[in-house]
Amino acid sequence: MSDEKQTQGAPKAKPKKPKIPRQAMPEQDPHVRAKNFDSVTLGYADEQALTEASRCIQCKKPLCVQGCPVSIDIPGFIKAIKEKDYAKAVQVIKETNLLPAVCGRVCPQEEQCEQKCILGKKQEPVAIGRLERFVADYEAAHGEAPLPELPPKTGKKIAVVGAGPGGLTVAGDLIRKGHDVTVFEALHKAGGVLIYGIPEFRLPKAIVEREVDYLQKLGVVFKMNHVIGKIRTIYQLMKEDGFDAVFIGSGAGLPWFMDIPGENLNGVFSANEYLTRNNLMKAFDFPNYDTPIKRFKNVAVIGGGNVAMDSVRTALRLGADNAYIVYRRGREEMPARTEEIEHAEHEGVQFKNLTAPVRILGNEDGWVTGLECLKMELGEPDASGRRRPIPIEGSEFVLDMDAVIIAIGTSANPLIGQTTPDLKLTRRGYIEVENETTCRTSKNGVFAGGDIVTGAATVILAMGAGRNAANAIQEYLETGEWWTPNGDGEK
Amino acid sequence: MYEILKKKVWQEEKPRITEFEVDAPEIARAHRAGQFVILIVDENGERIPLTIADKDAEKGTISILFQEVGKSTMCLGKLDVGDRIHHITGPLGKPTHVEKFGTVVCVGGGIGIAPVHPIAKAMKEAGNKVISILGARSKDLLIYEEEMKAASHEIRVTTDDGTYGRHGFVTDELKAMIEEEKIPIDLVVVIGPPIMMKFVCKVTEPHKIKTFASLNTIMVDGTGMCGACRVTVGGKTRFVCVDGPEFDGHQVDFEEMMMRQQQYLTEEKIAVERCEKQTCHKN
Ligand SMILES: Cc1cc2nc3c(=O)[nH]c(=O)nc-3n(C[C@H](O)[C@H](O)[C@H](O)COP(=O)(O)OP(=O)(O)OC[C@H]3O[C@@H](n4cnc5c(N)ncnc54)[C@H](O)[C@@H]3O)c2cc1C
Ligand code: FES
Repeated sequence: MSDEKQTQGAPKAKPKKPKIPRQAMPEQDPHVRAKNFDSVTLGYADEQALTEASRCIQCKKPLCVQGCPVSIDIPGFIKAIKEKDYAKAVQVIKETNLLPAVCGRVCPQEEQCEQKCILGKKQEPVAIGRLERFVADYEAAHGEAPLPELPPKTGKKIAVVGAGPGGLTVAGDLIRKGHDVTVFEALHKAGGVLIYGIPEFRLPKAIVEREVDYLQKLGVVFKMNHVIGKIRTIYQLMKEDGFDAVFIGSGAGLPWFMDIPGENLNGVFSANEYLTRNNLMKAFDFPNYDTPIKRFKNVAVIGGGNVAMDSVRTALRLGADNAYIVYRRGREEMPARTEEIEHAEHEGVQFKNLTAPVRILGNEDGWVTGLECLKMELGEPDASGRRRPIPIEGSEFVLDMDAVIIAIGTSANPLIGQTTPDLKLTRRGYIEVENETTCRTSKNGVFAGGDIVTGAATVILAMGAGRNAANAIQEYLETGEWWTPNGDGEK
Repeated sequence: MYEILKKKVWQEEKPRITEFEVDAPEIARAHRAGQFVILIVDENGERIPLTIADKDAEKGTISILFQEVGKSTMCLGKLDVGDRIHHITGPLGKPTHVEKFGTVVCVGGGIGIAPVHPIAKAMKEAGNKVISILGARSKDLLIYEEEMKAASHEIRVTTDDGTYGRHGFVTDELKAMIEEEKIPIDLVVVIGPPIMMKFVCKVTEPHKIKTFASLNTIMVDGTGMCGACRVTVGGKTRFVCVDGPEFDGHQVDFEEMMMRQQQYLTEEKIAVERCEKQTCHKN
């Protein structure tokens, strides 16, 4: 095969095996893709995957596995790729990760598995994420995943609140244990941030829909349009509707604003609004879809995380001439995945780093006209370990702008906390749990995990929490044991 | 679920006003006065907030009432008994704070009378003396008169053109009640066009009469996730869908709210023009 030819064609002069470079992933041309919503990256072809897999030296004590929040048997699945047994490769991943097609695309591998890869010391690490995506896509392209045989029904009922990656993982794990699982989701589509936040060009919605379909086929019941705390309370689910345990995975959906003048002008959005209009409601295809979105010419996105990158790249795709990232620290400090920052740069996003917005300017009709900023310099590291930005006095300047999108973070939605008085929250409003392994809250039979516990984090961490919670719920159903938070646990 | 069981057209003349009774048992059971729903008419639809005008928890139905002012409400109006609304989420928002205040005046303007109805009902049940003021442009545009009569101890009607009740605005009637009739009022609840709510608040403010205004901003999710619905109340940004919809009317920045409501006028026009040429698909 072509792969063999490649090896044969390699220079034979050197005595040692030639170092195979990390295989680049094909992607759409930046100029073309900056104008469409199709996938940016195209995934490995077979030969590339095989070549990349061949770089893995199959460490006896693999460090990469330690770097993975859910400890995927990485050498194991790469070995299966080498053997061209892609179906097995998927199986190996799915033992610990329910959504490889998602994680292969959105995990910050450079801070996790790939950061630990031993090859990375001398050359570039194995492209573990790309290989994960390759096998997941292979599975999708080759018919449906077979439905596992389910054990006999146990008669136990589990309620899952929130259909994000955390909730979906719990549902998938517990339906396989023979329980009845019902997922209550506030929105009209399942997937959480995967469906409303992360754009199509980075994570095609069909992938998320396929996973949700699969869970439905396994027997998970999805109740959409159900805002728990409003239509039903946690108390009612347990006392009146007969659920034996509840998992809360309601995410960190409440957007922060900056509290600077001009923030309620027309043309100022939270990233959540901008992205939800576009992803969940498909406003980019207005008027074929009813939800409108403005096609602004000059757009500033405030923030330096994945959410900011997704927003600014969406603005470009909606036709912005100038799409800026305004970030108060430097590129090094940006929390976004490196790949997303690079993609944004290639697509023509303009980065205004070390810049902090102080005021949004508007006209008489209430529309944004500009963004006043201050220049910053970096001082000593702060609590997060990143160097603290300090304003440079007198450095104010104004950027002409029609829209400002605020992507500086989110916090916990208070709806469930407000309506579940015996559920202990942290000072910042997140749900308090015993620890990350048991996911037990202060309320008997109620578990929580994902962003609602940790604050905005990552897909894989939410899934890891879901896996832990599912195990803890199983144990609880078997033993009925609960813990005593601070000695004053629930009756 | 979400099947339309009854349809009543209150006003044929454009913009048409229609009321549906919809099968939504869980929402009907959980609903409290002052709360609203967000619905999606069809597959490609947007999420639009509508207040609940009435409910029958036993039958498992809610009533929604709307005027066909945009593409989504036009499509909604084309549905008939037996059709289904694609999605309904609710009840959303905080219920009205109901207790025995004394004398409560419920002011409804235009189709705002419908959402005031469950509040009047709840206030009456809580032992308040409820006087309602219903405002309409003209006699045939007045809705929910009978329902409001039943929900209040007394109703007063105003029409802009003088075809029925007092010739004038709801504010004229309210002012007369306070200044001429000297009725001691403990609370005013107002729902209607923002400009009307603003002026009602202006009338009550100097008399220090507590006034709740129920705000109808642009919304997307209705769960506090996007901030599209934000308003300034007492100098602070609040989200109408989760912190409201009712706020202390004297603290609301109505100017800003009205400005924010204008955001999608151009798009709305495009959508309406397109809709008029097309047939909507039903579920
Ligand atoms: C734009 C964006 C880009 C991101 N990019 C990345 C990335 O590249 N890589 C990465 O690893 N992470 C990324 N993240 C973070 C990641 O998506 C989240 O950490 C992860 O989705 C959290 O999962 P979760 O299950 O805890 O909650 P969520 O995904 O937030 O899901 C929570 C669900 O619960 C529902 N819900 C909330 N309240 C209620 C209620 N009261 N009743 C019923 N349902 C309710 C919500 O509607 C939602 O569907 C990104 C986040 C955003 C916003
Ligand atoms: S409508 Fe999105 S937060 Fe209120």
